[in-house]
Amino acid sequence: MQGEMSAAQLQHVRAQGIGEVILAVADVSLAFGGVKALNEVSFDVREHEVRAIIGPNGAGKSSMLNVLNGVYHPQKGVIRLRGREFRDMDPHEAAAMGIARTFQNIALFKGMTVLDNLMTGRNLKMRCSFVEQALWIGRARREEIEHRRTVEEVIDFLEIQHIRKTPVGRLPYGLQKRVELGRALAAEPSLLLLDEPMAGMNLEEKQDMCRFILDVNDHYGTTIVLIEHDMGVVMDISDRVVVLDYGAKIGDGTPAEVRANQAVIDAYLGVAH
Amino acid sequence: MLYREAGQFRSTYSEDQQIFPIRQDRIAIGLLLVVAFVVVPLVANQYWFAAILTPFLIFSLAALGLNILTGYAGQLSLGTAAFMAVGAFMAYNFELRIPGMPILVSFVLAGLCASAVGIVFGLPSLRIKGFYLAVATLACQFFVLWALQRFGWFSNFSSSGVITAGKIEIFGYVFQTAAEKYLLTLGIVTVLALAAKNLMRSETGRAFMAVRDMDVAASVIGIPIMRTKLLAFAISSFYCGVAGALYAFCYLGTVEPEAFNLDLSFRILFMIIIGGVGSILGSFIGAAFITLLPILLSVLFGGFSHLLGVEIPHAWISNIELIIFGSLIVFFLIVEPHGLARLWQISKEKLRLWPFPH
Amino acid sequence: MNVSFFFEVLLGGLLAGVMYSLVAIGFVLIYKASGVFNFAQGAMVFFAALTFVSLVERGVNFWFALVITLAVMVVLGIATEKVVLRPLVNQPPITLFMATIGLTFVLEGLSQLVWGSQPHGLELGIQDVPMESLAQSSGIFISQFDLFAALVAGILVAVLALFFQYTRIGRALRAVADDHQAALAVGIPLKHIWAIVWAVAGFVALVAGLMWGARNGVQYALTFIALKALPVLLIGGFESVPGAILGGLIVGASEKLAEVYVPQMLNAPLTEFFGGAVNLQGIESWFAYVIALLFLLVRPQGLFGEKIIDRV
Repeated sequence: MQGEMSAAQLQHVRAQGIGEVILAVADVSLAFGGVKALNEVSFDVREHEVRAIIGPNGAGKSSMLNVLNGVYHPQKGVIRLRGREFRDMDPHEAAAMGIARTFQNIALFKGMTVLDNLMTGRNLKMRCSFVEQALWIGRARREEIEHRRTVEEVIDFLEIQHIRKTPVGRLPYGLQKRVELGRALAAEPSLLLLDEPMAGMNLEEKQDMCRFILDVNDHYGTTIVLIEHDMGVVMDISDRVVVLDYGAKIGDGTPAEVRANQAVIDAYLGVAH
Repeated sequence: MLYREAGQFRSTYSEDQQIFPIRQDRIAIGLLLVVAFVVVPLVANQYWFAAILTPFLIFSLAALGLNILTGYAGQLSLGTAAFMAVGAFMAYNFELRIPGMPILVSFVLAGLCASAVGIVFGLPSLRIKGFYLAVATLACQFFVLWALQRFGWFSNFSSSGVITAGKIEIFGYVFQTAAEKYLLTLGIVTVLALAAKNLMRSETGRAFMAVRDMDVAASVIGIPIMRTKLLAFAISSFYCGVAGALYAFCYLGTVEPEAFNLDLSFRILFMIIIGGVGSILGSFIGAAFITLLPILLSVLFGGFSHLLGVEIPHAWISNIELIIFGSLIVFFLIVEPHGLARLWQISKEKLRLWPFPH
Repeated sequence: MNVSFFFEVLLGGLLAGVMYSLVAIGFVLIYKASGVFNFAQGAMVFFAALTFVSLVERGVNFWFALVITLAVMVVLGIATEKVVLRPLVNQPPITLFMATIGLTFVLEGLSQLVWGSQPHGLELGIQDVPMESLAQSSGIFISQFDLFAALVAGILVAVLALFFQYTRIGRALRAVADDHQAALAVGIPLKHIWAIVWAVAGFVALVAGLMWGARNGVQYALTFIALKALPVLLIGGFESVPGAILGGLIVGASEKLAEVYVPQMLNAPLTEFFGGAVNLQGIESWFAYVIALLFLLVRPQGLFGEKIIDRV
């Protein structure tokens, strides 16, 4: 997908751009009533890398993402983001800290246009009070235009100019997923969490989405954590992979290492535990 | 042919963001304002002002308020009339008890009092949704009415709870005639409608719609749910409060708490359902519809009576009115849940292509 | 404080609450089976009572009138399902709720257009007088009529419970209430079920209409009974018949107690505070709602309702 370079060469080039650990998950355990979703999971994420979380169904991948985002609060363990430690962060704080995400079942605002949905991604950067907005003078007007400009860059990047005034509810599934990515990008996040961004897409759509994800990582330097089922995609675009099974971590390393890990193979083939 | 956009290019974002991006629309609105502000006062008679135009404007404002809360922010409210009542009675009290208080300031303060009440009764929206919330707003409706009737202070201890609005004087000019009251109301409503449109096309409006469409997702992207919902209640109640104050001062002159009963709340809800939820224009269309329909029916039945030589009892007419209202609600919900405003939009789209079919 | 008076007020409130429950049960039935909150239930109660009373006044035999009214309610229910609900089948619950508000207005207009708008009295043979035996033995005055209403409500709930639990149709109704798609998948005829539910709700409305009509007279104000049932549902949960009973008891009791005791306790101090006449009577117009509201803040789904989980 990336032209003439071999996979190994590509990985070498990418490894040069990866920085220090910015996110560390330590011994996180999460339970819902009697069901243990996560069992003392620990891993780290380095700046500028693409980190994949994989595992069989029900392994706890979405729960892990929800913990990173503050939607779920783990009973045990801590999350360290750029030196700050927390367990009880709420999603609002997470967003303020530069974490943006997409969802497995698209969480777009169906009543609004594509443009408006993307603009909501800018909400944390908007400073004007509602009174100024009601009067539509000076600062409010300028702010609206300035944010529109940024959002238009995202629209150009994702090639969705032709549908910017279309109500999101009318778009096909693949485009909705792209718009959701756009809304996350509009927030100019430093950490992007993607929950199965390619679920339900055909081959072409997947290729496009891969291209966008890699471009985001290249151009904006955004650190990306993604959950994905398509092994081909995971092996091709991620720098490192975490493997979960029944809420516990069973593998952690480069795609090549994980692919050779017997425990991982057993989990996927369904060998009895 | 008339409605072609050919040749109208929008080359800056500010042009794209205008309320009326199409030149023909701008011309139409300009004409409408000229007619409303200049032509009508010269042409219309007392009856038109007092019975049709002024109440239409006041109800449009109330419908606008409800639309902000229910149409844009998705919080169903059945207590609209209660907020109007707060506005009416507080405006009366401010005028009465503070000598020399400018009337416009009284209106604004009355609106703010209504906002305060709105915020208090909007607090449950943080925990409950949908029609559970609607029932909570009924609590507001009943409580406010009861309080206005029971605590004599609100009606200056008049025995029946009725208040008589004082005179309207702005910088020495007294607004007395029906035409003058109409113009004052028109001015206030125009300004507030513009403010509402500005609000709804900026971040506040987007936050409201996000909360309406999927509030969990909204909070995940950073929108403060509590603040947004309470702001919706506050702004909506402000509009309803000002509408109530206008109702007392520019329309009826004397009001009692009973005038702001549950029936009125439903009526305003019907206005936004028929006119179009989530649409500023829809509020006006719905208000016009509901204000004009009873008059239309009376005229119609009067005509029938004349024609057939039979006297149709008034009770029949009001019952038929109920049936028609109810049926229309159901009809609109089935056929066009987005109301007349959407039908208007569709016809405009057709107009762009006219005389071609597609 | 007079203890026996307190008990009298309390019991009176509990029994009044049973009357509310009668109306609330109609709501619960429809909500359970079709997920629709039928705001028109109050109007249905009014329509049933008015039809019955008008027939009786025109000389129709009591039982005959009952049967005819029941038939009318059943037809009304089926027509409502067909004309109002079926076209709106996939819409969000708010839309359906607003449609039932429209339906309320139609029914109110129709009832009064057909039967006229003057109030009627309704005689069921039981008088609203205190029970002699009880009054004499313990000095507590409990209305005969209220006890009769409680008995009727009890029988109604028992019949409904048996119906839902042990008959094939009852089972089908429960299946539909749980999951429309699954019910369709096992071959349950959804449209028939909904028609049956609305017919049963119509029957319940008739019973409630008779009881309320006998107590307060059949007049336009009867439509507002539905509004009183709403706090009952908020407290008891929208999907539970026992919840409707319990909610009714709570609402009835607290409302009556507040009506009697709050003015007694607060009129004087508040009059002093405001320096003018303060009369706290009429508190029952909103008290039930505020109680329900406070309840909701603690337990948003009501006592017996199902917890709503928001998934992203």
